[in-house]
Amino acid sequence: MKHSLFLIAIVLVCFGCSSDNGNSKEQNTADYDTQAMLTSWADNLIIPAFSDYQEKTEALNTEASAFVANPTQTTLSELRNAWLAAYKTYQHVGIYDLGKATELHLLETANIYPTNATTIDANIASGDYNLGAQTQFASQGFPALDYLLYGLASTDEDILAFYTTHNNAANYKVYITDLTSKLNSIAEAIVADWEGTYRDSFISNSNAVTGSVNQTANNFVKNLEKDVRAPKVGIPAGVFSDGTLFTDKVEAFYKNDISKDLLIEAITASRDFFQGKTYGTNTSGPGLKAFLDAVDAEASGTSLSSIIVDQYAEILTTTSALDNSFSEQITTDNSKMLDTYDAIQQNVVYLKVDMISALGLTIDYVDGDGD
Amino acid sequence: MNHKIQAYLNTYTDAAPLAFYRLAFGLMMFFSILRFAYNGWISKFYIDPIFHFTYYGFGWVKPIGVYTYLLFIICGISALMVAFGYKYRLGILLFFLSFTYIELMDKTTYLNHYYFISIVSFVLLFLPANVLFSVDAKQNKVDRSQVVPRYTIDILKVLLAIVYIYAGVAKLNSDWLFHAMPLKIWLPSKASLPIIGHLLGYDWVAYAFSWFGAIYDLGIVFLLLYKPTRLFGFILVVIFHVMTRILFPIGIFPFVMIISTLLFFSPQFHRKALQLFSKIFRIDRVISESPTPKTVASQSNPTRTSPKLVPILLGVFLMIQLVFPFRYLLYPGELFWTEEGYRFSWRVMLMEKAGYTEFTVSDKATGQFKVVDNTEFLTKFQIKQMSFQPDFILEYAHFLHEYYQKQGMTDPEVKVNCHVALNGRLSQKYIDPNVNLAKQYESFKHKTWILPFNDTIKGF
Repeated sequence: MKHSLFLIAIVLVCFGCSSDNGNSKEQNTADYDTQAMLTSWADNLIIPAFSDYQEKTEALNTEASAFVANPTQTTLSELRNAWLAAYKTYQHVGIYDLGKATELHLLETANIYPTNATTIDANIASGDYNLGAQTQFASQGFPALDYLLYGLASTDEDILAFYTTHNNAANYKVYITDLTSKLNSIAEAIVADWEGTYRDSFISNSNAVTGSVNQTANNFVKNLEKDVRAPKVGIPAGVFSDGTLFTDKVEAFYKNDISKDLLIEAITASRDFFQGKTYGTNTSGPGLKAFLDAVDAEASGTSLSSIIVDQYAEILTTTSALDNSFSEQITTDNSKMLDTYDAIQQNVVYLKVDMISALGLTIDYVDGDGD
Repeated sequence: MNHKIQAYLNTYTDAAPLAFYRLAFGLMMFFSILRFAYNGWISKFYIDPIFHFTYYGFGWVKPIGVYTYLLFIICGISALMVAFGYKYRLGILLFFLSFTYIELMDKTTYLNHYYFISIVSFVLLFLPANVLFSVDAKQNKVDRSQVVPRYTIDILKVLLAIVYIYAGVAKLNSDWLFHAMPLKIWLPSKASLPIIGHLLGYDWVAYAFSWFGAIYDLGIVFLLLYKPTRLFGFILVVIFHVMTRILFPIGIFPFVMIISTLLFFSPQFHRKALQLFSKIFRIDRVISESPTPKTVASQSNPTRTSPKLVPILLGVFLMIQLVFPFRYLLYPGELFWTEEGYRFSWRVMLMEKAGYTEFTVSDKATGQFKVVDNTEFLTKFQIKQMSFQPDFILEYAHFLHEYYQKQGMTDPEVKVNCHVALNGRLSQKYIDPNVNLAKQYESFKHKTWILPFNDTIKGF
């Protein structure tokens, strides 16, 4: 009796899979090595990106010293170039809000915009400020430098005057180097931590909820949703303000013609992370894309990973149609900004809903029975 | 017919299984309350959140601040009262009320299993579970008895049968059987488990689990009812529930089911278990041998029939239990998509559903406009559950309406941009983005603002 029941069960089960699953690939799809993925994320993506960021911020710091020692048109240009290079690299590390980066408020101290020019002016006037305070988050980082390098006056000559003949020239010089050295010291601390013990604990943390895969994937989605979609595009284009446009809330408002470059950089960084692309190369390693393929995630016959990759391409297409200056773009033809917003939003949904659910990633440990 | 029912109601049987079940149920509930507290869930689910999702008609059931802990303490103590049969009626009444109140406080934590516990404790309220092996019996607070009416044990078996069979019937759908969904999503994510882990990525394993699960749910009660297959059935019960415990975060439910299926075993088994229990804990209460046919017969004396009201009440309750899960048939649209009539119907482990919701609140007078940051009002867990369940979305929309009205907006319009993915399908728009949810009201009627599901799921 017992045997026959068991046999019936087995036969039914086999009937179940053979009749309805005739064309399925009989391969083990989910032997996906998340440990290898984490290792690649750490060694090929995160650490190289932060190292590059550290170099760029160091160069920025050096150029700032050179500039304050000798404020001329040449040193100003070199400082500006170093600022742009570091700002672009920042777009690649903003995804990794983990460990030391979280602890030292990398995101909040590097790139809160619009910057608070009033506070900056007050800081410089008094010479008394504590950049570690939360109230100072919006008066430092790249947006503050944007103001100090491009926004003080309309001509370079007049800007230079702030660092040469202005009553408070000394304070201006101190402030600018305080900002660059803070950016650099945070970058150094993050790299040191990754190169120290953090890498190993990152790779070995396999907890289902607080584990590295879950945390990094969630951060990555959050980056696209809250750090790219909303501030770079949505807010200036009036998405969150019932159509009231904010020309002054674009990223790098004072320089003004690089918002598009920074957006492209951020989208590319997001896409490259999804694809597991080694930093600065075209080599793809393990990553979320391969993970999705390994669990055979597909929707109506198309693999979810290619749906997402295609959507990144779509975002880059709509972005390329934008003016270099988003302030210009929203005044002349805001619909193009909204197109870009919609394209990003669509991928946020694919990543946040479809990818997270297909990978069985959790946001919180709670008893549940799937309803 | 009437005569037969009367005769059945006057049939008596050994009281041991009922006494054993009372003890086991009470202890399990006590430990599950302890576990809940140990996990920090009392504050996390009931005290920390600033907003709670309530059940329709039970909006008045809310956490009571720091006294919520007291509620849990009452619940835990009453579970022990039930276990030991100490002031049993009071104990089970307190347990039923406190446990059900806890469950009603926030539907974010809804679990079929908790509903099951509420139902069982309601039924236990009417059963003579304390006539044997209880403090009450020892202290002569109740008529000691070696026998109880047969229906008092049978009804628990029927409740268990409903859970299994309804859960099995619910699995007879195309997603479960022919796409192995959602197990095809869930199993690979457990690939890091030792020994079985690497098997879980194979498609055929997901199909095998799906089919086995459906057949198990549909057949297990029959295996347990029939004596020659009972032991085999119980082994399956243990294997099945231990597996689900390993694979999924379903808490204490596997143990509740394993212990509950023991009801199907013979009274001799329960006698032995109770004797063993007496021995271990040195309780001098003698669990004598099973009642002789003579004692059973003497109890069956029609003069000792139980109050008529109880069987009638339980009969009606059972009818409701049998019919209620099918209320979804009254709604148009796909059940998995609209979830109208989904809860309280033993649909377990059937969906991987995830959603993205973004609410916008606008002031009609000024045109002022705001995108809501859900994390400002809800916990991660609440956001997750809210994002794909229409009644949650509606209740939250009304909360936002009131909140922003207090902030000075004139009759705020609340609209939502919502995308939902179900069982591996690509996400699609879920709620009509043009509908002002503040002007929609909860009812048992169909929610017309849920957008149609662009697919068909065949089956029950």
